[in-house]
Amino acid sequence: MPIPKKIRVLIAKPGLDGHDRGAKVVARALRDAGMEVIYTGLRQTPEDIVEAAIQEDVDAIGLSCLSGAHMTLFPEVVKLLKKRKSGNIVVAGGGIIPEEDVPKLKKAGIKVVFGPGTPLRDIVAFFETAGKGA
Amino acid sequence: MPSRKGTAAASRDPVQGLVADLLVGDKRAAAKLISLIEDDEPEATDALARIHPHTGRAHVVGFTGPPGVGKSSLINRLVRTYSGRGKKIGVVAVDPTSPYTGGAVLGDRIRMADTGMDPGVFIRSMATRGHAGGLALATFDAVRVLDALGMDLVFVETVGAGQSEVEIATRAHTTVVVEMPMTGDAVQTMKAGILEIGDVYVVNKVDLGAADLLVANLKFQLQARDGWTPPVLRTAAVDGRGIEELADALRKHASHLDQTGLRRKRELARARLEILENAQRLLTRRVAEDSQSGRGFDRLAEEVAARRMDPHSAAKRLLKPVRRASK
Repeated sequence: MPIPKKIRVLIAKPGLDGHDRGAKVVARALRDAGMEVIYTGLRQTPEDIVEAAIQEDVDAIGLSCLSGAHMTLFPEVVKLLKKRKSGNIVVAGGGIIPEEDVPKLKKAGIKVVFGPGTPLRDIVAFFETAGKGA
Repeated sequence: MPSRKGTAAASRDPVQGLVADLLVGDKRAAAKLISLIEDDEPEATDALARIHPHTGRAHVVGFTGPPGVGKSSLINRLVRTYSGRGKKIGVVAVDPTSPYTGGAVLGDRIRMADTGMDPGVFIRSMATRGHAGGLALATFDAVRVLDALGMDLVFVETVGAGQSEVEIATRAHTTVVVEMPMTGDAVQTMKAGILEIGDVYVVNKVDLGAADLLVANLKFQLQARDGWTPPVLRTAAVDGRGIEELADALRKHASHLDQTGLRRKRELARARLEILENAQRLLTRRVAEDSQSGRGFDRLAEEVAARRMDPHSAAKRLLKPVRRASK
């Protein structure tokens, strides 16, 4: 009986902002879509996040940032993943992110950026594809 | 299972490479191997066969108790204490899988956020994936991987267990039962099940007060077994109270196991269980595969539903071809 491989996703809050309602809503939606979601809580450094992603062997990481520090923190996660031979882990971003930053983030290796108002089904669909690709 | 050998030949046996990396302490290899086992990939059997000879060094401590009593936070405190003493610690933390969607939110790592970066620490979250008893099927195979990774201690955290999730006690060297004050009267501590299985009892959250009653009730209830009287300890994971005492109790129990020969006894009991469990799994898989091809199973179901046969006889009938095949 081939059981379909479980998709594992790390939802993480890099940096200093303390607002994780959005991260929790996404975690819950992914859970309801049948994925295993590891949530690591507030105030994580990019190093923390990458270490957790490797130990948990996740397919993808969802980063949530509402503090404005995304241009520093998101690319750092991608960079560290590559350094740790884990560049195959897909990274998505979300939060309050100005439109003009999106192309720069994508260039830095963030696969997609979900702003406020993104339907949950789009987010679920993204991680489903990301999980199958890995 | 020789099925994939031919197709994988081109990629030069990745399992062998992963196990070699694991044995020199590569965390990424450990994580990949645990996934392989968890997903029950065909290569898992081979991987475990290669890993098994390199295990048996780590002392395995199970933590169980109701949800929210502070198991993860206690483990976090202990990990900090032990890594301060230069010990390497592995943690496998189990949380429940949704029976409806198959999904899970694994949140134990939040409480362990300040130890996750320590180079001598490896933490893995695991969902039960439908297994009852407070653990996942793959939990103790993951423990094996962390043992081979070179961990001195491996802590296993069960899902928040109720009254009868006692499987952990059949697997761990030392079982810690965690409770908290104000959760019930003396009769609660008299009940069979989880309150019988501890080698060490912890009343956590003593900062809430009213711990004396629970400690007294537990002490009244506990009995010496195999020459060991389980201690009842008071802790407050929030400020680190009682953690040194807990570490001390774990050390004492470990040396008790060694001095009395109990460790070997527990290892043997566990080996028996694991063999049976795997035999059961193989059998279930074979029966299910058989039923998928439609042979016999559907017909037997019809017979049982129509009351022409009972389920026990049907099961015996179902297993007949398996028995013949294995002769």
